[in-house]
Amino acid sequence: MSFFFGLLLVGFVQGCLYALIALGYTLVFGILQFINFAHSDVVMLGAWFAWKYAQWMGVSFSVISIGTSLGILGLSVLSCAAVGFTIERLAYRPLRHAPRINILITAIGVSLFLENFTQLPYVFGSRDKAMPQLLDVYAGFDVGGVRVQYFQIITVVFAFALMALLSLLVYRTRLGRAMRAISFDTRTASLMGIPTGRVIAYTFVLGSALAAAAGILTGVAFGSLSQPSSTSWIRFGLKAFICAVVGGIGSIEGAVAGGLLIGITEQLAGGYISSSYADAIVFGVLILVLMVRPSGIFGVTMREKV
Amino acid sequence: MVRSRSSVQVLVGVLSLTLSAALATTSAGCDKLRGKKKKPAPSASPSASASPSPTPGGEGGTILIGEFGSMTGAEASFGESTHKGIELALEHINAKGGVLGKQLKLKSYDDAGNPEQATAVVTKLVTDDKVTAILGEVASNLSIAGGQVAQDSGTPMISPSSTNVQVTKDRDHVFRVCFIDPFQGFAMAKFTTETLKHTKAAILRDQTQSYSQGLADAFKDAYVKMGGSIVADESYSKGDKNFNSQLSKIKAAKPEVIFLPGYYSDVATIAKQARQLGLKLPLLGGDGWDSPELFQIGGQALDNTYFSNHYSHEEPRDAVKVFVGDFQKKFGIIPDGLAALGYDAAMLLADAMRRAGSTDKKAIRDAIASTKDFPGVTGTITIDAERNSQKPAVILKIEGGKASYVASVAPTP
Repeated sequence: MSFFFGLLLVGFVQGCLYALIALGYTLVFGILQFINFAHSDVVMLGAWFAWKYAQWMGVSFSVISIGTSLGILGLSVLSCAAVGFTIERLAYRPLRHAPRINILITAIGVSLFLENFTQLPYVFGSRDKAMPQLLDVYAGFDVGGVRVQYFQIITVVFAFALMALLSLLVYRTRLGRAMRAISFDTRTASLMGIPTGRVIAYTFVLGSALAAAAGILTGVAFGSLSQPSSTSWIRFGLKAFICAVVGGIGSIEGAVAGGLLIGITEQLAGGYISSSYADAIVFGVLILVLMVRPSGIFGVTMREKV
Repeated sequence: MVRSRSSVQVLVGVLSLTLSAALATTSAGCDKLRGKKKKPAPSASPSASASPSPTPGGEGGTILIGEFGSMTGAEASFGESTHKGIELALEHINAKGGVLGKQLKLKSYDDAGNPEQATAVVTKLVTDDKVTAILGEVASNLSIAGGQVAQDSGTPMISPSSTNVQVTKDRDHVFRVCFIDPFQGFAMAKFTTETLKHTKAAILRDQTQSYSQGLADAFKDAYVKMGGSIVADESYSKGDKNFNSQLSKIKAAKPEVIFLPGYYSDVATIAKQARQLGLKLPLLGGDGWDSPELFQIGGQALDNTYFSNHYSHEEPRDAVKVFVGDFQKKFGIIPDGLAALGYDAAMLLADAMRRAGSTDKKAIRDAIASTKDFPGVTGTITIDAERNSQKPAVILKIEGGKASYVASVAPTP
């Protein structure tokens, strides 16, 4: 039984991280009906910014104080928010009225640029590196044979706090109302005096900040950072994207539910069936969900207007 | 929020698009080493280059040798170490007047740890640069990919450190200066049962790497024959970062040691996650661990681990002392096993060229094949009928962020 709960715990933690990234996909999709394929690169940037700042502060390889950790985390999140804003401003905004496929291709271009530019030796380099220990990953306790680490608890609390903040923002503030209005009908929203350009920029900033937090927590949990263009980042982003689709893309609750579902499925499949097939099973879940509910668990089917 | 059926369909299409874009990124690696200008990609296919070129190997007073290695990517330190070893060897050879009165020149390309890229750059070496011989790769699947091109074009190739059996199999132009995995697996199994006296092992292998698969199987065979039992045999794929489900299964099987026949970056990450799960037992591995970055990533998680390797800089042999001294003078760091093998591969190639008395590819191939008792840094090298070399393995123990020499295991007769 401790085997099961061990898998469940790690799956749950992983699911929270997926959910944070999936929220970025879902927010942008909800508003622009477009998949931001550079999103997984922002996750990568988040983790690597943390590495870089830790290097500059000279605190890379020992356990460091909570203040410094939070400082590094905050700086990286801000940096990624800035990157998200810049990407939207330079790459996506000029294409606002172009056919949707153009902006999709641009997203892939941005993704390739980020992966290759950051490999330059004076940016992050092309090597795998150790993630600075922002939290002591070895500290923890045993509950009935299940190893619980403190950083897992911190990750879950932190992730849920961010998700709660986000839903407050979307459902309880003027900005959130503007976002929902734009997602409902961009043109009418702009006719009503909503500054659509600014609200879209904020959406990218929010999504990128969440992705950065997820990237950093992931780096800390796994202990090492894959080099910027590694397939492990792309696969990580792709899984989060699947979470968004399974949960119903465009839906905030869906992103969280999808994240947890995929995170836990992945671990249980790896533990009880075979780790070689864990990915195949995750994709199988995607196919199953899409067969039963083509718009995802929390998705709302909208009839196409003629 | 808003969505329509058609956008979900777009998603599925885009998903496959991104996947292929993702693959393209990894292969679109940099055209190699410190700011060399990019040349146009080779247009000729490997088969088109099969006819021997009229003037192999450089003009005038130089002989051109090709090298392909992982200078970027997850195993970048492999490429860098090997490259340094080869550079040092060429410096030594050229300082003594070169080979056949000509200076040796090296042309290197990065394959970014990607088999398709390895095929492309070796094709480029053979068709564009028209190299006389090729030195390369560390990771076995890359040597297998590049070796096919070398074989098809009739260019002799020496792999410094690919240990998988398939690398030289049925390829009469591909050689290596290192031992092979069946022996390495045997050496580690012997050390585990006889020295550590542990008889219950678990394996965690990389199912996408020929090297890891070959070494895992070799260890398993030898270990079971010696009376040990494998209580768990788990796998992961290149690019995985979360090893929890595999390690949980291994933990539940209660082994005494875990054998990790992977490459350093993954191994260091696995070691960390194993220690996080409370697995304090010894971890074992092979020469894929050999990198300074193993310690950099793994840190304290690597205490109480052992791996087999081709040489140790602490070995009390004269050849090792001289090599380590020269290497440190040139690069300021202690050479790892891959640097030593890169050095040996280049030295052996130069020796074969001298014995061949010409730069004809066929003559060089025959000379390499008849190498006997060549004194290398990593031991005495004799190329056998399978184009492999039989050499002892050393076992290193890691403690406090340092690998130190524990024992040697002699090759089986």
